[in-house]
Amino acid sequence: MTDPLALDPVLPPRERSERSARRWNEDLPHDERYEHFEAHVLGGGKIEPNDWMPDEYRSAVLRFVEMHANSELMGVLPEREWIMRAPTLRRKLALTSKVQDEVGHAQLLYRVAEDLGKPREAMFDDLLAGKTKFHNVFHYPTRTWADIGVIAWLVDAAAIVAQQALRDSSYGPYSRTMQKICWEESVHIMHGRDVVVTLANGTTAQREMLQEALDRWWGPLMQMHGPRSDRSKDRDLHWRIKARTSEELRQEFLTIYVPRILELGLTIPDPELAYDKAAGEWRYADPDWNELRTVVTNHGPKSQERLEFRRLNREATAWVRAAVLAEPKAAA
Amino acid sequence: MTDDLDQIARMLDEGAPVTPGEPPAGVLEPWEVFRQEKDGDAMRHGGNVLAPDAELALHYARELFGRRGESIRLWVVRRADIHVLEDLDLLQPPLDRSFKKPGGYVMRDKLAAARGRAGTSKPGARAASHDGTGRRSEGER
Repeated sequence: MTDPLALDPVLPPRERSERSARRWNEDLPHDERYEHFEAHVLGGGKIEPNDWMPDEYRSAVLRFVEMHANSELMGVLPEREWIMRAPTLRRKLALTSKVQDEVGHAQLLYRVAEDLGKPREAMFDDLLAGKTKFHNVFHYPTRTWADIGVIAWLVDAAAIVAQQALRDSSYGPYSRTMQKICWEESVHIMHGRDVVVTLANGTTAQREMLQEALDRWWGPLMQMHGPRSDRSKDRDLHWRIKARTSEELRQEFLTIYVPRILELGLTIPDPELAYDKAAGEWRYADPDWNELRTVVTNHGPKSQERLEFRRLNREATAWVRAAVLAEPKAAA
Repeated sequence: MTDDLDQIARMLDEGAPVTPGEPPAGVLEPWEVFRQEKDGDAMRHGGNVLAPDAELALHYARELFGRRGESIRLWVVRRADIHVLEDLDLLQPPLDRSFKKPGGYVMRDKLAAARGRAGTSKPGARAASHDGTGRRSEGER
Protein backbone atom coordinates (compact mmCIF):
# COMPACT_ATOMS: atom_id res chain seq x y z
CA MET A 1 0.00 0.00 0.00
CA THR A 2 1.32 3.47 -0.91
CA ASP A 3 2.08 5.70 2.01
CA PRO A 4 1.02 9.20 0.80
CA LEU A 5 3.68 10.86 2.91
CA ALA A 6 6.41 8.78 1.36
CA LEU A 7 5.27 9.52 -2.21
CA ASP A 8 8.17 10.54 -4.40
CA PRO A 9 7.00 13.44 -6.63
CA VAL A 10 9.50 12.51 -9.32
CA LEU A 11 8.91 9.43 -11.44
CA PRO A 12 11.44 6.61 -11.29
CA PRO A 13 14.06 6.86 -14.10
CA ARG A 14 12.55 4.02 -16.12
CA GLU A 15 9.19 5.80 -16.53
CA ARG A 16 10.88 9.12 -17.08
CA SER A 17 12.79 7.98 -20.16
CA GLU A 18 9.57 6.67 -21.72
CA ARG A 19 8.08 10.12 -21.44
CA SER A 20 10.86 12.00 -23.18
CA ALA A 21 10.43 9.87 -26.28
CA ARG A 22 10.98 12.58 -28.90
CA ARG A 23 14.65 13.11 -28.03
CA TRP A 24 15.71 13.10 -31.69
CA ASN A 25 14.08 16.49 -32.17
CA GLU A 26 16.48 18.06 -29.72
CA ASP A 27 19.58 19.84 -30.87
CA LEU A 28 22.02 16.97 -30.69
CA PRO A 29 25.06 15.96 -32.74
CA HIS A 30 23.83 14.30 -35.95
CA ASP A 31 24.85 10.75 -35.07
CA GLU A 32 23.20 10.88 -31.67
CA ARG A 33 20.04 12.34 -33.16
CA TYR A 34 20.03 9.66 -35.81
CA GLU A 35 20.28 6.98 -33.12
CA HIS A 36 17.29 8.42 -31.25
CA PHE A 37 15.34 8.64 -34.51
CA GLU A 38 16.10 5.00 -35.36
CA ALA A 39 15.24 3.78 -31.88
CA HIS A 40 11.91 5.63 -32.04
CA VAL A 41 10.98 4.30 -35.49
CA LEU A 42 12.11 0.74 -34.82
CA GLY A 43 10.23 0.82 -31.52
CA GLY A 44 6.97 1.40 -33.41
CA GLY A 45 6.91 5.22 -33.09
CA LYS A 46 5.44 7.59 -35.68
CA ILE A 47 7.19 10.46 -37.45
CA GLU A 48 5.28 13.70 -38.06
CA PRO A 49 6.04 16.32 -40.74
CA ASN A 50 7.70 18.78 -38.35
CA ASP A 51 9.87 16.14 -36.70
CA TRP A 52 13.52 16.02 -37.60
CA MET A 53 14.19 13.15 -39.99
CA PRO A 54 17.30 11.99 -41.85
CA ASP A 55 17.33 13.00 -45.53
CA GLU A 56 17.40 9.30 -46.46
CA TYR A 57 14.13 8.73 -44.59
CA ARG A 58 12.50 11.82 -46.09
CA SER A 59 13.40 10.85 -49.64
CA ALA A 60 12.43 7.19 -49.10
CA VAL A 61 8.94 8.17 -47.84
CA LEU A 62 8.59 10.73 -50.62
CA ARG A 63 9.52 8.20 -53.31
CA PHE A 64 7.08 5.64 -51.91
CA VAL A 65 4.16 8.04 -51.52
CA GLU A 66 4.78 9.73 -54.86
CA MET A 67 4.69 6.38 -56.68
CA HIS A 68 1.47 5.56 -54.84
CA ALA A 69 -0.08 8.94 -55.76
CA ASN A 70 0.97 8.52 -59.41
CA SER A 71 -0.65 5.08 -59.46
CA GLU A 72 -3.95 6.41 -58.14
CA LEU A 73 -3.93 9.18 -60.73
CA MET A 74 -2.98 6.97 -63.68
CA GLY A 75 -5.08 4.06 -62.41
CA VAL A 76 -8.34 5.81 -63.27
CA LEU A 77 -7.54 5.97 -66.97
CA PRO A 78 -8.19 2.29 -67.84
CA GLU A 79 -11.50 2.43 -65.96
CA ARG A 80 -12.49 5.82 -67.28
CA GLU A 81 -12.61 4.29 -70.77
CA TRP A 82 -15.67 2.27 -69.69
CA ILE A 83 -17.78 4.94 -68.04
CA MET A 84 -19.63 5.67 -71.27
CA ARG A 85 -20.02 1.95 -72.02
CA ALA A 86 -21.18 0.75 -68.60
CA PRO A 87 -24.13 -1.62 -69.08
CA THR A 88 -26.60 -0.01 -66.64
CA LEU A 89 -27.09 3.36 -65.00
CA ARG A 90 -26.20 1.96 -61.59
CA ARG A 91 -22.96 0.49 -62.93
CA LYS A 92 -22.17 3.83 -64.58
CA LEU A 93 -22.72 5.66 -61.29
CA ALA A 94 -20.60 3.16 -59.34
CA LEU A 95 -17.76 3.32 -61.86
CA THR A 96 -17.84 7.12 -62.01
CA SER A 97 -17.76 7.21 -58.23
CA LYS A 98 -14.80 4.82 -58.14
CA VAL A 99 -12.89 7.00 -60.62
CA GLN A 100 -13.70 10.03 -58.47
CA ASP A 101 -12.47 8.20 -55.36
CA GLU A 102 -9.17 7.23 -56.97
CA VAL A 103 -8.49 10.80 -58.10
CA GLY A 104 -9.37 11.84 -54.54
CA HIS A 105 -6.77 9.37 -53.24
CA ALA A 106 -4.22 10.91 -55.58
CA GLN A 107 -5.09 14.35 -54.15
CA LEU A 108 -4.63 13.12 -50.56
CA LEU A 109 -1.36 11.36 -51.35
CA TYR A 110 0.10 14.25 -53.34
CA ARG A 111 -0.60 16.42 -50.28
CA VAL A 112 1.38 14.00 -48.10
CA ALA A 113 4.23 14.09 -50.64
CA GLU A 114 4.12 17.89 -50.97
CA ASP A 115 4.60 18.31 -47.24
CA LEU A 116 7.80 16.30 -47.58
CA GLY A 117 9.15 19.03 -49.83
CA LYS A 118 8.32 18.32 -53.47
CA PRO A 119 5.83 20.64 -55.21
CA ARG A 120 2.94 19.02 -57.06
CA GLU A 121 3.92 20.53 -60.40
CA ALA A 122 7.38 18.96 -60.08
CA MET A 123 5.72 15.59 -59.41
CA PHE A 124 3.58 15.92 -62.56
CA ASP A 125 6.66 16.96 -64.56
CA ASP A 126 8.52 13.85 -63.40
CA LEU A 127 5.58 11.54 -64.01
CA LEU A 128 5.12 12.81 -67.57
CA ALA A 129 8.86 12.74 -68.25
CA GLY A 130 9.02 9.10 -67.11
CA LYS A 131 11.33 9.94 -64.20
CA THR A 132 8.85 8.51 -61.68
CA LYS A 133 6.71 5.42 -62.06
CA PHE A 134 3.20 4.13 -61.60
CA HIS A 135 1.96 0.60 -60.91
CA ASN A 136 2.31 -2.06 -63.62
CA VAL A 137 -1.40 -2.93 -63.75
CA PHE A 138 -2.32 0.50 -65.11
CA HIS A 139 -0.23 0.11 -68.27
CA TYR A 140 -2.61 -2.45 -69.84
CA PRO A 141 -5.70 -2.05 -72.02
CA THR A 142 -9.24 -2.70 -70.81
CA ARG A 143 -10.73 -4.74 -73.65
CA THR A 144 -14.12 -5.78 -72.26
CA TRP A 145 -16.56 -4.97 -69.47
CA ALA A 146 -15.22 -8.03 -67.64
CA ASP A 147 -11.88 -6.21 -67.33
CA ILE A 148 -13.66 -3.57 -65.26
CA GLY A 149 -14.92 -6.26 -62.86
CA VAL A 150 -11.54 -7.98 -62.62
CA ILE A 151 -9.72 -4.67 -62.05
CA ALA A 152 -12.12 -3.40 -59.40
CA TRP A 153 -12.23 -6.77 -57.63
CA LEU A 154 -8.75 -8.29 -57.94
CA VAL A 155 -6.44 -5.37 -58.73
CA ASP A 156 -8.03 -3.39 -55.92
CA ALA A 157 -7.85 -6.46 -53.66
CA ALA A 158 -4.14 -6.90 -54.37
CA ALA A 159 -3.72 -3.19 -53.69
CA ILE A 160 -5.72 -3.21 -50.46
CA VAL A 161 -3.62 -6.08 -49.09
CA ALA A 162 -0.64 -3.75 -49.44
CA GLN A 163 -2.54 -0.67 -48.32
CA GLN A 164 -3.85 -2.25 -45.13
CA ALA A 165 -0.28 -2.99 -44.15
CA LEU A 166 0.56 0.67 -44.83
CA ARG A 167 -1.84 1.80 -42.12
CA ASP A 168 1.02 0.86 -39.78
CA SER A 169 3.55 2.99 -41.66
CA SER A 170 5.99 4.90 -39.46
CA TYR A 171 5.17 8.13 -41.32
CA GLY A 172 2.12 9.46 -39.46
CA PRO A 173 0.37 11.44 -42.25
CA TYR A 174 0.71 8.47 -44.62
CA SER A 175 -0.63 5.91 -42.14
CA ARG A 176 -3.66 8.13 -41.36
CA THR A 177 -4.36 8.76 -45.04
CA MET A 178 -4.27 5.00 -45.65
CA GLN A 179 -7.05 4.47 -43.11
CA LYS A 180 -9.37 6.64 -45.15
CA ILE A 181 -8.23 5.16 -48.45
CA CYS A 182 -8.71 1.54 -47.29
CA TRP A 183 -12.23 2.36 -46.18
CA GLU A 184 -13.08 3.66 -49.65
CA GLU A 185 -11.26 0.84 -51.46
CA SER A 186 -13.40 -1.73 -49.66
CA VAL A 187 -16.41 -0.33 -51.55
CA HIS A 188 -14.56 -0.72 -54.85
CA ILE A 189 -13.88 -4.37 -54.14
CA MET A 190 -17.55 -5.01 -53.47
CA HIS A 191 -18.48 -3.20 -56.68
CA GLY A 192 -15.94 -5.26 -58.66
CA ARG A 193 -16.94 -8.56 -57.11
CA ASP A 194 -20.59 -7.78 -57.85
CA VAL A 195 -19.73 -7.18 -61.53
CA VAL A 196 -17.74 -10.44 -61.66
CA VAL A 197 -20.39 -12.54 -59.89
CA THR A 198 -23.08 -11.12 -62.17
CA LEU A 199 -21.07 -12.15 -65.24
CA ALA A 200 -20.42 -15.59 -63.69
CA ASN A 201 -24.20 -16.03 -63.54
CA GLY A 202 -24.63 -14.83 -67.11
CA THR A 203 -24.64 -16.41 -70.55
CA THR A 204 -21.91 -18.68 -71.87
CA ALA A 205 -20.49 -15.74 -73.78
CA GLN A 206 -20.38 -13.63 -70.61
CA ARG A 207 -18.66 -16.43 -68.67
CA GLU A 208 -16.12 -16.82 -71.47
CA MET A 209 -15.51 -13.07 -71.48
CA LEU A 210 -14.88 -13.22 -67.71
CA GLN A 211 -12.46 -16.14 -68.01
CA GLU A 212 -10.63 -14.41 -70.85
CA ALA A 213 -10.22 -11.26 -68.73
CA LEU A 214 -8.90 -13.28 -65.79
CA ASP A 215 -6.44 -15.04 -68.12
CA ARG A 216 -5.04 -11.69 -69.25
CA TRP A 217 -4.91 -10.09 -65.80
CA TRP A 218 -3.45 -12.98 -63.80
CA GLY A 219 0.14 -12.35 -64.94
CA PRO A 220 0.15 -8.65 -64.08
CA LEU A 221 -1.62 -9.43 -60.77
CA MET A 222 1.11 -11.87 -59.76
CA GLN A 223 3.78 -9.33 -60.74
CA MET A 224 2.08 -6.43 -59.00
CA HIS A 225 3.73 -6.72 -55.57
CA GLY A 226 7.18 -7.14 -57.11
CA PRO A 227 9.84 -9.83 -56.86
CA ARG A 228 10.84 -11.43 -53.57
CA SER A 229 13.18 -9.10 -51.74
CA ASP A 230 15.74 -9.55 -49.05
CA ARG A 231 14.08 -8.35 -45.84
CA SER A 232 17.39 -7.32 -44.27
CA LYS A 233 18.37 -5.13 -47.23
CA ASP A 234 15.02 -3.37 -47.66
CA ARG A 235 15.30 0.09 -46.15
CA ASP A 236 11.60 0.83 -46.53
CA LEU A 237 10.92 -2.18 -44.32
CA HIS A 238 13.72 -1.33 -41.92
CA TRP A 239 12.20 2.10 -41.24
CA ARG A 240 8.68 0.68 -41.26
CA ILE A 241 7.66 2.96 -44.15
CA LYS A 242 5.98 -0.23 -45.29
CA ALA A 243 5.25 -3.17 -43.03
CA ARG A 244 5.48 -6.32 -45.14
CA THR A 245 7.55 -7.85 -47.94
CA SER A 246 6.24 -8.27 -51.49
CA GLU A 247 6.07 -12.04 -51.05
CA GLU A 248 4.05 -11.76 -47.83
CA LEU A 249 1.55 -9.54 -49.64
CA ARG A 250 1.29 -11.91 -52.61
CA GLN A 251 0.77 -14.89 -50.29
CA GLU A 252 -2.01 -13.10 -48.43
CA PHE A 253 -3.67 -12.12 -51.71
CA LEU A 254 -3.59 -15.75 -52.88
CA THR A 255 -4.89 -17.08 -49.56
CA ILE A 256 -7.94 -14.82 -49.62
CA TYR A 257 -8.74 -14.67 -53.32
CA VAL A 258 -7.84 -18.02 -54.90
CA PRO A 259 -10.76 -19.79 -53.14
CA ARG A 260 -13.14 -16.98 -54.10
CA ILE A 261 -12.09 -17.12 -57.76
CA LEU A 262 -12.43 -20.92 -57.86
CA GLU A 263 -15.82 -20.65 -56.12
CA LEU A 264 -17.16 -19.05 -59.32
CA GLY A 265 -16.01 -21.97 -61.48
CA LEU A 266 -13.23 -19.91 -63.04
CA THR A 267 -9.86 -21.39 -63.95
CA ILE A 268 -6.69 -19.71 -62.75
CA PRO A 269 -4.20 -19.77 -65.66
CA ASP A 270 -1.30 -21.21 -63.67
CA PRO A 271 -1.01 -25.02 -63.60
CA GLU A 272 1.67 -24.79 -60.90
CA LEU A 273 -0.56 -22.89 -58.49
CA ALA A 274 -1.11 -24.98 -55.35
CA TYR A 275 -1.07 -24.56 -51.61
CA ASP A 276 1.88 -26.32 -50.01
CA LYS A 277 0.52 -27.37 -46.63
CA ALA A 278 3.87 -28.48 -45.25
CA ALA A 279 5.55 -25.16 -46.09
CA GLY A 280 2.41 -23.19 -45.25
CA GLU A 281 2.57 -21.15 -48.44
CA TRP A 282 1.42 -20.97 -52.04
CA ARG A 283 3.53 -22.33 -54.89
CA TYR A 284 3.12 -20.67 -58.25
CA ALA A 285 4.87 -20.30 -61.59
CA ASP A 286 7.54 -17.64 -61.42
CA PRO A 287 5.95 -14.38 -62.58
CA ASP A 288 7.45 -12.78 -65.67
CA TRP A 289 9.73 -10.21 -64.07
CA ASN A 290 10.98 -9.05 -67.45
CA GLU A 291 7.45 -8.07 -68.36
CA LEU A 292 7.18 -6.14 -65.06
CA ARG A 293 10.42 -4.27 -65.76
CA THR A 294 9.37 -3.50 -69.32
CA VAL A 295 5.94 -2.26 -68.30
CA VAL A 296 6.84 -0.05 -65.34
CA THR A 297 9.53 1.72 -67.35
CA ASN A 298 6.65 2.97 -69.53
CA HIS A 299 7.09 0.39 -72.30
CA GLY A 300 3.77 -1.31 -71.59
CA PRO A 301 1.02 -1.64 -74.20
CA LYS A 302 -0.77 1.52 -73.06
CA SER A 303 1.96 3.43 -71.20
CA GLN A 304 2.58 6.15 -73.76
CA GLU A 305 -1.05 6.61 -74.70
CA ARG A 306 -2.04 7.15 -71.06
CA LEU A 307 0.86 9.50 -70.35
CA GLU A 308 -0.10 11.43 -73.48
CA PHE A 309 -3.67 11.68 -72.20
CA ARG A 310 -2.35 13.14 -68.92
CA ARG A 311 -0.20 15.58 -70.87
CA LEU A 312 -3.13 16.81 -72.94
CA ASN A 313 -5.38 16.89 -69.90
CA ARG A 314 -2.85 18.96 -68.01
CA GLU A 315 -2.71 21.50 -70.84
CA ALA A 316 -6.47 21.57 -71.21
CA THR A 317 -7.00 22.27 -67.51
CA ALA A 318 -4.19 24.81 -67.12
CA TRP A 319 -6.75 27.65 -67.23
CA VAL A 320 -8.47 26.23 -64.13
CA ARG A 321 -5.27 26.29 -62.10
CA ALA A 322 -4.54 29.79 -63.40
CA ALA A 323 -8.05 30.96 -62.48
CA VAL A 324 -7.70 29.58 -58.96
CA LEU A 325 -4.53 31.60 -58.47
CA ALA A 326 -5.38 34.71 -60.47
CA GLU A 327 -8.13 36.40 -58.50
CA PRO A 328 -7.12 37.41 -55.01
CA LYS A 329 -10.14 36.75 -52.82
CA ALA A 330 -11.40 39.93 -51.15
CA ALA A 331 -11.69 39.45 -47.40
CA ALA A 332 -15.33 38.63 -46.59
CA MET B 1 8.20 27.14 -58.99
CA THR B 2 10.90 28.81 -56.88
CA ASP B 3 8.18 30.53 -54.88
CA ASP B 4 6.53 27.16 -54.23
CA LEU B 5 9.80 25.71 -53.02
CA ASP B 6 10.42 28.67 -50.75
CA GLN B 7 6.92 28.38 -49.41
CA ILE B 8 7.34 24.72 -48.57
CA ALA B 9 10.83 25.22 -47.23
CA ARG B 10 9.47 27.87 -44.86
CA MET B 11 6.56 25.64 -43.93
CA LEU B 12 8.86 22.78 -43.06
CA ASP B 13 11.29 24.99 -41.23
CA GLU B 14 10.70 24.22 -37.59
CA GLY B 15 9.18 27.01 -35.56
CA ALA B 16 8.88 29.36 -38.53
CA PRO B 17 5.23 29.37 -39.59
CA VAL B 18 4.24 30.89 -42.92
CA THR B 19 3.47 34.58 -42.43
CA PRO B 20 0.14 34.72 -40.61
CA GLY B 21 -2.73 36.93 -41.70
CA GLU B 22 -3.91 37.27 -45.29
CA PRO B 23 -1.58 35.45 -47.66
CA PRO B 24 -0.30 37.24 -50.75
CA ALA B 25 -2.65 36.93 -53.73
CA GLY B 26 -2.43 33.75 -55.71
CA VAL B 27 -0.57 31.53 -53.28
CA LEU B 28 -1.71 28.00 -52.61
CA GLU B 29 -1.21 26.98 -49.03
CA PRO B 30 -2.24 24.06 -46.85
CA TRP B 31 -5.50 24.16 -44.92
CA GLU B 32 -6.10 21.53 -42.27
CA VAL B 33 -9.52 19.88 -42.47
CA PHE B 34 -11.52 18.78 -39.43
CA ARG B 35 -14.73 16.80 -39.73
CA GLN B 36 -17.63 15.86 -37.51
CA GLU B 37 -19.19 12.51 -38.30
CA LYS B 38 -22.42 12.88 -36.39
CA ASP B 39 -24.13 15.33 -34.09
CA GLY B 40 -22.39 15.50 -30.73
CA ASP B 41 -19.10 13.99 -31.93
CA ALA B 42 -15.84 15.84 -31.52
CA MET B 43 -14.35 17.52 -34.59
CA ARG B 44 -11.57 15.22 -35.73
CA HIS B 45 -8.62 15.97 -37.97
CA GLY B 46 -9.22 14.46 -41.40
CA GLY B 47 -6.32 15.64 -43.51
CA ASN B 48 -5.50 18.75 -45.49
CA VAL B 49 -6.04 20.47 -48.80
CA LEU B 50 -4.11 23.05 -50.79
CA ALA B 51 -6.10 26.20 -51.58
CA PRO B 52 -5.67 29.92 -52.14
CA ASP B 53 -8.48 30.93 -49.78
CA ALA B 54 -11.05 29.63 -47.29
CA GLU B 55 -13.87 29.40 -49.82
CA LEU B 56 -11.99 27.08 -52.15
CA ALA B 57 -10.52 25.20 -49.19
CA LEU B 58 -14.08 24.39 -48.11
CA HIS B 59 -15.03 23.27 -51.63
CA TYR B 60 -12.02 20.96 -51.80
CA ALA B 61 -12.67 19.69 -48.26
CA ARG B 62 -16.24 18.88 -49.22
CA GLU B 63 -15.04 16.92 -52.25
CA LEU B 64 -12.42 14.97 -50.34
CA PHE B 65 -13.99 14.49 -46.91
CA GLY B 66 -17.73 14.72 -47.43
CA ARG B 67 -18.75 13.34 -50.78
CA ARG B 68 -20.30 10.13 -49.46
CA GLY B 69 -22.19 11.62 -46.57
CA GLU B 70 -19.52 10.78 -44.02
CA SER B 71 -19.48 14.24 -42.44
CA ILE B 72 -22.09 16.63 -41.06
CA ARG B 73 -19.70 19.52 -40.47
CA LEU B 74 -16.31 20.54 -41.83
CA TRP B 75 -13.81 23.07 -40.53
CA VAL B 76 -10.87 24.36 -42.50
CA VAL B 77 -8.04 26.11 -40.68
CA ARG B 78 -5.08 27.69 -42.38
CA ARG B 79 -2.10 25.64 -41.26
CA ALA B 80 -0.11 28.79 -40.56
CA ASP B 81 -2.76 29.80 -38.02
CA ILE B 82 -2.22 26.70 -35.92
CA HIS B 83 0.07 27.24 -32.98
CA VAL B 84 1.69 24.18 -31.54
CA LEU B 85 2.93 23.26 -28.10
CA GLU B 86 4.84 20.02 -27.98
CA ASP B 87 7.41 20.72 -25.30
CA LEU B 88 7.42 17.52 -23.28
CA ASP B 89 9.05 19.30 -20.33
CA LEU B 90 5.77 21.17 -20.02
CA LEU B 91 3.30 18.53 -21.19
CA GLN B 92 4.85 15.40 -19.74
CA PRO B 93 6.97 16.61 -16.82
CA PRO B 94 8.73 13.76 -15.07
CA LEU B 95 6.60 14.24 -11.98
CA ASP B 96 4.25 11.77 -10.37
CA ARG B 97 0.79 13.15 -11.14
CA SER B 98 -1.13 10.14 -9.92
CA PHE B 99 -2.85 12.27 -7.25
CA LYS B 100 -4.64 14.05 -10.12
CA LYS B 101 -6.19 10.82 -11.38
CA PRO B 102 -8.83 8.57 -9.87
CA GLY B 103 -6.50 5.62 -10.36
CA GLY B 104 -4.03 7.26 -8.00
CA TYR B 105 -6.20 6.34 -5.02
CA VAL B 106 -6.14 2.63 -4.27
CA MET B 107 -8.05 1.99 -1.07
CA ARG B 108 -9.29 -1.58 -1.34
CA ASP B 109 -7.09 -2.84 1.49
CA LYS B 110 -7.73 0.23 3.64
CA LEU B 111 -11.49 -0.17 3.12
CA ALA B 112 -11.29 -3.79 4.16
CA ALA B 113 -9.37 -2.77 7.27
CA ALA B 114 -11.97 -0.07 8.06
CA ARG B 115 -14.81 -2.58 7.67
CA GLY B 116 -12.94 -4.94 9.98
CA ARG B 117 -12.65 -2.26 12.66
CA ALA B 118 -16.26 -1.15 12.29
CA GLY B 119 -17.60 -4.69 12.13
CA THR B 120 -19.52 -3.94 8.87
CA SER B 121 -19.76 -5.81 5.59
CA LYS B 122 -19.20 -4.76 1.96
CA PRO B 123 -22.23 -2.92 0.48
CA GLY B 124 -23.96 -4.40 -2.59
CA ALA B 125 -23.33 -3.31 -6.16
CA ARG B 126 -26.30 -0.90 -6.03
CA ALA B 127 -24.33 1.28 -3.68
CA ALA B 128 -21.58 1.85 -6.27
CA SER B 129 -20.52 5.47 -6.09
CA HIS B 130 -19.10 7.93 -8.57
CA ASP B 131 -15.46 8.02 -7.67
CA GLY B 132 -14.59 5.60 -10.45
CA THR B 133 -11.69 4.23 -8.46
CA GLY B 134 -9.45 2.16 -10.67
CA ARG B 135 -11.22 3.17 -13.85
CA ARG B 136 -9.55 5.20 -16.55
CA SER B 137 -10.76 8.73 -16.90
CA GLU B 138 -11.86 10.45 -20.12
CA GLY B 139 -8.60 12.37 -20.35
CA GLU B 140 -6.46 9.28 -20.13
CA ARG B 141 -7.90 7.45 -23.09
